[in-house]
Amino acid sequence: MRLLNRREFVKWMAASTGAAAVAGCAGMGGSSAGRVVVVGGGYGGATAARYVKQWAPDIDVTVIERNDTFVSCPISNLVLGGNTQLSNLTMGYGGLRARGVRVVRGEAVAIDASSKQVRLADGSSLAYDRVIVSPGVDFIYDQIPGLNNAEAQNRVLHAWKAGPQTLALRKQLEAMRDGGVFVFHIPMAPYRCPPGPYERVCQVADYFKRDKPKSKIIVLDSNPDLVSKKGLFLAAWNGMYKGMIDYRPNSELADVDVKGMTVKLTFDSVKGDVLNVVPPHRAGDIARTTGLITANQRWCGLDWTTCESVAVKGVHVLGDATLSAPAMPKSASMANQHAKVCAAAVIALIKGQPVNPQPVMMNTCYSFVDGKNVMHVASVHTYDAAQKTMVAVKGAGGVSTAASELEGTYAWGWARNIWSEALG
Amino acid sequence: MTAISIGACCAAALLAAGVATQAGAQDANAARSLAATCFTCHGSDGRSVDGVPPSLAGQSKDYLLQQMREFRAGKRPATIMHQHAKGYTDEQLDLIAGYFAGVKPGPAAAAPAAR
Repeated sequence: MRLLNRREFVKWMAASTGAAAVAGCAGMGGSSAGRVVVVGGGYGGATAARYVKQWAPDIDVTVIERNDTFVSCPISNLVLGGNTQLSNLTMGYGGLRARGVRVVRGEAVAIDASSKQVRLADGSSLAYDRVIVSPGVDFIYDQIPGLNNAEAQNRVLHAWKAGPQTLALRKQLEAMRDGGVFVFHIPMAPYRCPPGPYERVCQVADYFKRDKPKSKIIVLDSNPDLVSKKGLFLAAWNGMYKGMIDYRPNSELADVDVKGMTVKLTFDSVKGDVLNVVPPHRAGDIARTTGLITANQRWCGLDWTTCESVAVKGVHVLGDATLSAPAMPKSASMANQHAKVCAAAVIALIKGQPVNPQPVMMNTCYSFVDGKNVMHVASVHTYDAAQKTMVAVKGAGGVSTAASELEGTYAWGWARNIWSEALG
Repeated sequence: MTAISIGACCAAALLAAGVATQAGAQDANAARSLAATCFTCHGSDGRSVDGVPPSLAGQSKDYLLQQMREFRAGKRPATIMHQHAKGYTDEQLDLIAGYFAGVKPGPAAAAPAAR
């Protein structure tokens, strides 16, 4: 891996000095220094909007968000386990507005990069100098014929975007008889939140152990093994939840028979009382219509020093929609870190200043094995100019030695602070 | 010295001061970008909402650097910080500690409840 040497760093600093001085003169009129439009007010978009405004108050910042409130995906598995309420994870955009960010409720349907306009579903348009797209993921249903209609999707839920689906899946679990079978299908990586599926298994097991002890969980994992925190999850499954969880790797999904409540695999069929199928994901729709998807018809390739799309100039992409760098998870922490690198770069580009050539990003993901005990996975990533991507710093990062209540308090602290950064 | 040359001297001095300020600002931006990687858990600008994990804002630079060195060496028990501390160079830690030492302490604003 290649870091900047001292001479290059000094060159960057010197270059920044001259350019900044010139831009400083141009921006003295008192009017806006530029317009940034952010599509999507989740962990990536809301955080980017906050920091563009905070670090450059003379830039106009507008967020376009389709929902009236923000619902956190992290911690939402606890709602399924009966260990928290969705209302505890639901927040408003008032804090972001109070910081001077304009929040428009609406649906961005297209971005015209040549005229630098974002078009909304209501026919209106917003002009930008730089646009930041943080659309999250949408699901790929066309390979699952039995689920490829709205009615089927309302019966067999993903609950992989927190909100109404989370509450609906909780209701299905509550309505299930004791002795019933919960069948949970996990897509092939990469998907949103690598440890999330295994945390969900723990949360449902925690609920069953308490209220429906004769019930069973069948985990149909497309992957050849647990994708994240394997040893720690297996310790819970073979310890506190012993005998409740039937884990089946290499369970590639063929179809879902909604009427027969059966998940069809390539060589097997598995019937359940409650089915939970998480389909494969891709970058959200607006990324597709804007031509930002560059990898496997699913993900958006970036220049990691700016988070600018490699396909469309002037358009930046954050969060789960990105083509992840090696060992970089699709997580809220990561989207939050993309957002701050992007915000600083967007300000620099608008003001004609040099961009930080050496971004660093940190990841922390906490998983709850029950209502209180938590374990983490952590990593630090730095830009490698030779490979033109972010790489994990060797020797840094790792996982917990065991789940603990102490890390439970840190997990809630992480949540309060990352929510505060986005919306506080 | 004539009025004109005084003016020229002032202009040169102002330009030099301006350059120094801009270089300082860019250094501050580099420190801010590095420190921003810590905000996710420790709060924006190191001001933690409820003080868990602890606020870093306004802590002395020497104290912060000492703690990071002890995390890295495994001398201070930790759940996660020994793993993060190994992700940064000494120069980076110096910039990060300097940044937080320069921030006024105080709690961060919690995200507002939905209406």
